[in-house]
Amino acid sequence: MTEPKLGHLRVSHLGDCALVLELGADTSAQTVQRVHAVTRHLLDHPLAGVRDVVAAACTVALHYDPLQIEPLPQAQTPFEALAQQVLQRLDTLDPTTAPDGSEHEIPVCYAAQFGVDLEALASAHGLTPDEVISLHSAPLYRVQMLGFAPGFAYLAGLDARIATPRKPTPRTRVPAGSVAIGGELTAVYPLDLPGGWHLIGRSPLSFFDPYAERPSLLVAGDRVRFVPITAEQFAAVSRVARWR
Amino acid sequence: MALKVHRAGILSTLQDLGRYGYQCFGVPVGGVMDEYSHRLANMLVGNPEPEATLEMTLTGPRLEFTQDTLVAICGGDFAPAIEGKSVPAARPVLLRRGCVLDFGTCRLGCRAYLAVAGGFDVAPVMGSKSTYLRGGFGGFQGRALRRGDLVATGEAHVNAYPSLRRLLEAGAAYAYPRWSVDANSAFLAHGHHRIHFTPGRHWELFTAETREQFAAAQYRIAPDSDRMGYRLQGPVLTMKQPTEILPEAVTFGSIQVPPDGCPIVLMANRQTTGGYPTIGEVSAVDLPMLAQLPPGDTLRFEAIAPEDSQRLYLQRDRDLAIMREALRMRMKQ
Repeated sequence: MTEPKLGHLRVSHLGDCALVLELGADTSAQTVQRVHAVTRHLLDHPLAGVRDVVAAACTVALHYDPLQIEPLPQAQTPFEALAQQVLQRLDTLDPTTAPDGSEHEIPVCYAAQFGVDLEALASAHGLTPDEVISLHSAPLYRVQMLGFAPGFAYLAGLDARIATPRKPTPRTRVPAGSVAIGGELTAVYPLDLPGGWHLIGRSPLSFFDPYAERPSLLVAGDRVRFVPITAEQFAAVSRVARWR
Repeated sequence: MALKVHRAGILSTLQDLGRYGYQCFGVPVGGVMDEYSHRLANMLVGNPEPEATLEMTLTGPRLEFTQDTLVAICGGDFAPAIEGKSVPAARPVLLRRGCVLDFGTCRLGCRAYLAVAGGFDVAPVMGSKSTYLRGGFGGFQGRALRRGDLVATGEAHVNAYPSLRRLLEAGAAYAYPRWSVDANSAFLAHGHHRIHFTPGRHWELFTAETREQFAAAQYRIAPDSDRMGYRLQGPVLTMKQPTEILPEAVTFGSIQVPPDGCPIVLMANRQTTGGYPTIGEVSAVDLPMLAQLPPGDTLRFEAIAPEDSQRLYLQRDRDLAIMREALRMRMKQ
């Protein structure tokens, strides 16, 4: 028998209509690569009965309709049948050959009227706001997962020097487009939402459109770089910028 | 053809079986809280089961029908009435144009589902007619119904229940058969609500005492419970050691345990992913019962093996299929 190319792989129940594939126990580059390769593969080549594929830090969940799963002679339940089909499918998947996610350049205005927490965050780390801006706009982030709200993408790759624990009391309303830091992650609020992250700027782009064919600008596995812009440039970019 | 809203009730929204296929974009599934009552209501009027119904909560709406309309009400008992005379649930009811159907305060259960033959004529958003309030999309203009709204209904199957049609032609304001379906047995039993759950991925992270207690203790549904989650009051759940888990996908019925140890059962409007450990997942067959428990009610959890839980789910579907066939026959009468 050949060694599965994915290595560590555990399948468990998530209630009666979902299962979880555990692809590692950490968020190492290797695990992240596996998660995105598996997600991409299962979204591009859907298995019968699977309704949703959800990537997370080190897991991929499949939501399925137990009645639509193809029965297998040796499987007692739809869960077993689907688990076998998934394992068979992934047996030959080589995560290193998976296509890269799209790369996005996201304009951000870090001016004080948008980055209301920038000053406080900078001084908490013994930095100037400009230093925070250059540290925040340097890395190529990776979308680890979506969650919390439609189009809300958790971006991994934040410089440890500006990682900041969330605020003890969340704001009741954070405006759409706000660029924020929460713990070791950064994100853009796609809609007006409550939120406890530190607001350091705002992007004029639209991140979620329920009527678009691809409703979220960012999906798991995508890569993101933030590009600083001035308040004048911010005003010039339409709120309804078309990003497709 | 439409439905005129005279009074909206506390929270009346259009919901269907949920918005699947978009969780990879972070879009919650949403949909009905009590899938069983929703499906029965649609079956009774001859609709496909995924068609949207009107989900009402705790206090119901007052609705006028601008056309002769076949409806069915399933789920909680909101004392529906027309001109002060009660209208029975769990069966088809043919209403004459101009009828005003008045729902009161819920006496049993928590939510009811009104199905209208032909369904609701609203444009699906991301493949679903479910209303998602936080995102402001889906259903009727992305929001709960308000007084004065005129909600369009679809084209109905004209030949359903000819005996009811004849009663209307003979002058009745509304007509219904003597029979009904057994729609409420799942949650009508007062008092001891037993909710099955399958131990989850993080079950072993909890202390032996907590695991034992969880499957024996009584929990009360807290007042701040809603379509997104049910907060439970009862014995605090403790982990062997404080453990931060990496966020992962959650589902309808995931029982999350935040650091304060008070469990939250995630319901229809849950987020797609969560960062708290989950002690288990509620069995899909028991979700309708849970969805019908109002704040203040109590419940007990009982562990079940995953394969048994899934078998119950398949059995429920077979029961529904039998019901579907039986109703198809009745509809010709």
